[in-house]
Amino acid sequence: MSSPVASSGGAVAAGWYKHPAVQQLGWAIAGISILVALWTLFGYYIAGNPKTQSFASFGFIPTMHAFPELWELGKLQSAVMVSTYRLGAGLAIAVAIGVPVGILMGRVKRFRELSNSPFQLLRMVSPLSWMPIAVYVYATWDGAIIFLIAMAAVWPVMFQTAAGLSKVDPAWFKVARNLGASSTQMLTRIIIPAITFDVLSGIRLALGVAWIVLVPAEYLGVTSGLGYAIQDARGTLSYHWLTAMVMTIGAIGYCLDSILVLLIKRFSWHRGG
Amino acid sequence: MSIRGTEIKIQGLTHRYTPRSPVTFNRVDLESPSGEALAIIGRSGCGKSTLLHILAGILKPTEGRVLLDGKSVEAPSPRWVMMFQAPHLFPWMTVTQNVGVGLSFGRWSKKEIQERVTEAINLVELQDYAQKNTQDLSGGQQQRVALARSLVMEPELLLLDEPFSALDAFTRASLQKDVRSIAKRLGFNIVIVTHDIDEAVIMADRAVIMAGSPGSIVDEFEVDLPDPRDRADPVVQKLRAELMARFQSAVRAKGGVPAMEEEVQ
Ligand SMILES: Nc1ncnc2c1ncn2[C@@H]1O[C@H](COP(=O)(O)OP(=O)(O)OP(=O)(O)O)[C@@H](O)[C@H]1O
Ligand SMILES: [Mg+2]
Repeated sequence: MSSPVASSGGAVAAGWYKHPAVQQLGWAIAGISILVALWTLFGYYIAGNPKTQSFASFGFIPTMHAFPELWELGKLQSAVMVSTYRLGAGLAIAVAIGVPVGILMGRVKRFRELSNSPFQLLRMVSPLSWMPIAVYVYATWDGAIIFLIAMAAVWPVMFQTAAGLSKVDPAWFKVARNLGASSTQMLTRIIIPAITFDVLSGIRLALGVAWIVLVPAEYLGVTSGLGYAIQDARGTLSYHWLTAMVMTIGAIGYCLDSILVLLIKRFSWHRGG
Repeated sequence: MSIRGTEIKIQGLTHRYTPRSPVTFNRVDLESPSGEALAIIGRSGCGKSTLLHILAGILKPTEGRVLLDGKSVEAPSPRWVMMFQAPHLFPWMTVTQNVGVGLSFGRWSKKEIQERVTEAINLVELQDYAQKNTQDLSGGQQQRVALARSLVMEPELLLLDEPFSALDAFTRASLQKDVRSIAKRLGFNIVIVTHDIDEAVIMADRAVIMAGSPGSIVDEFEVDLPDPRDRADPVVQKLRAELMARFQSAVRAKGGVPAMEEEVQ
């Protein structure tokens, strides 16, 4: 776990650039720089070509100008706030349903056998195809979108939780019961710590799916959020706003995913993983 | 730490796993006085583990009952702790947390837990590893943690199901001695299931032989040896040979194929 560099204080100061974390960050920055460079070149190319000149604001530099503009107008903040709220609420519902049901699937064989087929079937339904039903059922757009996100995100959480539990050493339950664990303690002290890694991996997958579902869901009728902002920018031909929003979506998704990766590292007791 | 033992009475124990499966053992009667170390030896599949699970209250017998100090065993309890072939430690806990886990389930103050855990860790000589992740320990050290995790509950009865069979010969020999000396010092009962005649001779005051299908107890053998016991000692070797002979004739009398020396070790 601890690298030889980190273990001696002097070496850290001298060869800090050799530290794995620093190196990793270096590679990340280099990769992003290449992406930005290509984008900038592409921007110059379309700006220089008379046929595509009207799309010149798709380039990197115009996009950078869009951020302060959108910030001034408050569009960026409100879109991010609204979308992350929907994402958070949808994910929270997915976890609240997925984890307990997943535990049940992992622990109770009958329930697992009974529920496997219907759940697998529902899982294969594209989340967006619930949209008409969601709009019909929910009075608000927020409610409908949160429902769609929860619908998309619940499956990875549920199945990862169940899979995590099925890998658990059954003797742990025997030992814990023998040492006097109540059923609550069995849940909080044995089951949950044993499967935290799998639950978090499930949430990470769920986040990916949810973030992908969120934007198209916001194309369909609402008047707020990142997806709507993209539609709106397209309508008003403000292409640099459009790319700025697209970039924001990428950046937020990347950050949220990185946080989960850190959490997974923190809560994993698995060796070599 | 001082622990008292318990008087074990097994009365008419019969078990079958399902109504349609064969009887695992039939009308087993067995008694063990407080503080005794009892070995149950028998060939694979004769129902030793099943008997131990019933003793621990993990499994319900089809018929008969187990009395500890006159009270019937109905459910698992920290008063009779079972140790398995593998340590089954909780990998998200340190050595200290693993040892203290049973106490943390009960109503113990932080300070009491800390004191007893330290004492148990010292008993199994793992002071230097107290804060380590259990995955960084050797197999023998892990089994010591499991032993400390059981002992910290101050059980009246320690049930051991081939607890050292996964360890190398040296580690096994030293743990066998340690467990016996700890049990004798603290006074709790041991019931150890094994198919290792050596283990029975080194660890037990008495060995009972289980054989047949359905299994039953066919013979018993006093292991009348002073402590500490050393397997190189000619007296120990002689007793081992006697027990082996008794085991072979018991199995033969039950119509079983006499066990080969290698098979029973
Ligand atoms: N869960 C179970 N369900 C049904 N039958 C079982 C179960 N566990 C064990 N048995 C059967 O009961 C018999 C006794 O098994 P047990 O595990 O008690 O034997 P054992 O003496 O401990 O053997 P070993 O020395 O190999 O551990 C065996 O025939 C086995 O097939
Ligand atoms: Mg067995």
